[in-house]
Amino acid sequence: MAKYIVKRILMGFLTAFLVATLTFFIMNLVPGGPFLSEKAITPQAQAAMEAKFGMDKPLFQQYLTYMGDLVHGNLGMSIKKRGRTVNQIIAEKFPTSARLGGLAILFALGVGVPLGSIAAFRRGKLADNIIIVFATAGIAIPSFLSSTLLMYIFSVKLKLLPSLGLKTAASYIMPVFALALYPASYISRLMRSSMLDVIGQDYMRTAKAKGVSTFKSIFKHALRNAILPVVTYVGPLVAYLMTGSFIIEKIFTIPGLGHEFVGAITSRDYPMIMGTTIFLAVFVIIMNVIVDIVYAFIDPRIKLK
Amino acid sequence: MRRKAAALLAAVLAVTSVLGFSTVGYADDAAEETVLNVQVGPSPETIDPALNSAVDGANMILHAFEGLLKFDQDNNVVPGVAESYEMSEDGLTWTFKLRDGLKWSDGSDLTAEDFVYSWKRVVDPMTAAPYAYDLLNYVKGFDEASEGDLDALAVSAPDPQTFVVELSNPCIFFDKICAFAVLVPVQQATVEANGESWTIDPETYVTNGPYYMTEFTDGSQIVFQKNPNYWDAENITFDQIVWHLIEDANAAYSAYQNGDLNMIKDVPTEEIPSLEGSDEFYIEPIMGTYYISFNCNVEPFDNSQVREALSLAIDREYVAGTIMQGTYTPAKNFVGPGVSDAAEGSSYEEVTTATYGDHFDIGNYDADFEKAKELLAEAGYPDGEGFPEIKYLTNDAGYHKAVAEYLQSAWGELGITMTIDIQEWKTVTADRRAGNFDVARNGWVYDWDDPSNMINLLETSNGNNDGKYSSEEFDALVDAARNSTDVAEHYDLLHQAEQAMLNDAACAPVAYYNDFYLQNTNLKGTWHSPYGYWYFMYGYFE
Repeated sequence: MAKYIVKRILMGFLTAFLVATLTFFIMNLVPGGPFLSEKAITPQAQAAMEAKFGMDKPLFQQYLTYMGDLVHGNLGMSIKKRGRTVNQIIAEKFPTSARLGGLAILFALGVGVPLGSIAAFRRGKLADNIIIVFATAGIAIPSFLSSTLLMYIFSVKLKLLPSLGLKTAASYIMPVFALALYPASYISRLMRSSMLDVIGQDYMRTAKAKGVSTFKSIFKHALRNAILPVVTYVGPLVAYLMTGSFIIEKIFTIPGLGHEFVGAITSRDYPMIMGTTIFLAVFVIIMNVIVDIVYAFIDPRIKLK
Repeated sequence: MRRKAAALLAAVLAVTSVLGFSTVGYADDAAEETVLNVQVGPSPETIDPALNSAVDGANMILHAFEGLLKFDQDNNVVPGVAESYEMSEDGLTWTFKLRDGLKWSDGSDLTAEDFVYSWKRVVDPMTAAPYAYDLLNYVKGFDEASEGDLDALAVSAPDPQTFVVELSNPCIFFDKICAFAVLVPVQQATVEANGESWTIDPETYVTNGPYYMTEFTDGSQIVFQKNPNYWDAENITFDQIVWHLIEDANAAYSAYQNGDLNMIKDVPTEEIPSLEGSDEFYIEPIMGTYYISFNCNVEPFDNSQVREALSLAIDREYVAGTIMQGTYTPAKNFVGPGVSDAAEGSSYEEVTTATYGDHFDIGNYDADFEKAKELLAEAGYPDGEGFPEIKYLTNDAGYHKAVAEYLQSAWGELGITMTIDIQEWKTVTADRRAGNFDVARNGWVYDWDDPSNMINLLETSNGNNDGKYSSEEFDALVDAARNSTDVAEHYDLLHQAEQAMLNDAACAPVAYYNDFYLQNTNLKGTWHSPYGYWYFMYGYFE
């Protein structure tokens, strides 16, 4: 198993390296640069800025410098957020997004897993139908719509919840719900189908025949097997949700990292594009490795080779 | 024993009196603290005066700093930290006398040397200030200084209260330049100790204006507190201004409706029909023109008749009033409202109308359209026959796409086939600048109140001349206006230049910009200037 994990980690490094390299060159191929604005700056100012950020060097040399810094954990200076390093920006914004994303994941699991299981056990009954309808709607409704509706109802009309920022506990309610809606719906559908699969298995019938209580058979046998696809889904989801959502942060004015991903691209802030992309890539890779390890604990039949 | 009891009693009394006193004091403070909550845009790119080139950043800078001169409510230049100034007879030497006892927000003294440092910092190539050239190229020694020899810049402080600027060419609007947000003083000590990061930490953001910063949460809010060291602090009203850095117009609107904000700049366009006529909804002009660039280097746009035909075929009243929901004003010429003319308090636009008549006949579009058809026929494309298929380059923001679709149908009536090429903003800017387009959306908001700021965009050598329009006659007029020391002559030459570019259809002006915003009706004493700046420092709640 240790060998397998080491192998996965090495693969992870290679993936991260490829992501960084591809992003670097593709980013430089896109038209427009960080210093291009509606108002043309003078050639002197342009040259001075390029020199300041090392962009006056040939592209391949810039790449080598960047990768050298990256190895030392230095993601460079942001071009657009003057006076801040990319490391500082990520360190400042990630905790906010992570808190919100973490709560959303807990909510999605806490709602999705039980609802999916109930739907499976009540297959074809009223409860199943209701859950399916809600889960389908949750997948179909885009987050900008659910967020705007939530804000309109609870903030503008009922004046129950604050619409701006994350100053109080109450201000987490709407963004967490909006963020969790899709994954909760997806998880409940995933849970339902895998649970149905498990219920039909021979060992479940055996357990029932042996006289194991329904409660015990669900928790000891069914859930453990049925949850595997959910774990696979949740792994990378943790990385995506904890690094923030552009739309939700924008609508609820949350100073998170999600906004920086998109903002960096629109403003061609090259070091920020690189930094946020690499950060997300590494996070996803780590989560996938963790999922593999967790698998082995949940299902001893899976041997990590 | 008794003594002990007495001591205890005294101690208790002392403690309660201190506690009681402080509680009372706190309650008083809380009652008096007046807070203004506003939204003028998302997180500013920077609030470093030298680096800023955006309107939202300038709004904050103008509340935190004060330059030599400033604008009053009627947009006149009035003394700022300089109590007086004079221009030498040849117009080349400007001497500013600073007020007595000026202080930075940290309590240290502010002297003329601070201006010497700050202006040199703007020109320093290492600062790479986007506005360095535009603002200070009139100053003697600018070229050498922008190459790195900062001492060459002819700004000096003969004594702590006198600041002298020597110009290489006269500039009749140099007073307006001195009121520009980029040229406010910054404190050398904090800038040098903290580098570019000095603006993001309230501790190091030392200011000299009505407010100083107490909080900066990127993506959330910036909090300004009244600066007791500001020379005119007694007239500053709000104790605190909270700039809510909201990017989403719907979020800003919700917060405004909730009563969390007193004023918002970003109003969702879909709400405009329901807001029209409301006392809280304002539409006010800013100096800027929405126009269309033709690529003058490629056929058929190298022919001025073609450009004029396309320009005349635009129903400006319909575009501004209906498509843009009245948030823009139809363009009658190139230079619009808010820009002054030679005489004090006069309007350049009104002088244009009175002297030359309006170039676009807003009320009589049909006549303009007929003329457009004739011109196109004269140019060799009767009913659009033989006219190549053209592409309109724009990004999808605001009304750009709707305007593009309108142009498609309006020019379609001339028999011209146009496709719409929607690209993301940076790509549009890059392609437009590089000349990779046929026709493109364009626009310009003035940096200072002088028509040359707009008209010069069509000068051959101008970096923002995206259509690469070039006319010797026009260039000569613009250049003469630039070098003129006579105010009346300066404006007269610019009027002539504007007529020349309009008659040659150097571009197609479409509409003049406005700011539209929501503000509580009980918020008084604030104002919005044609620069797109808000002045909240003298505001109050009725």
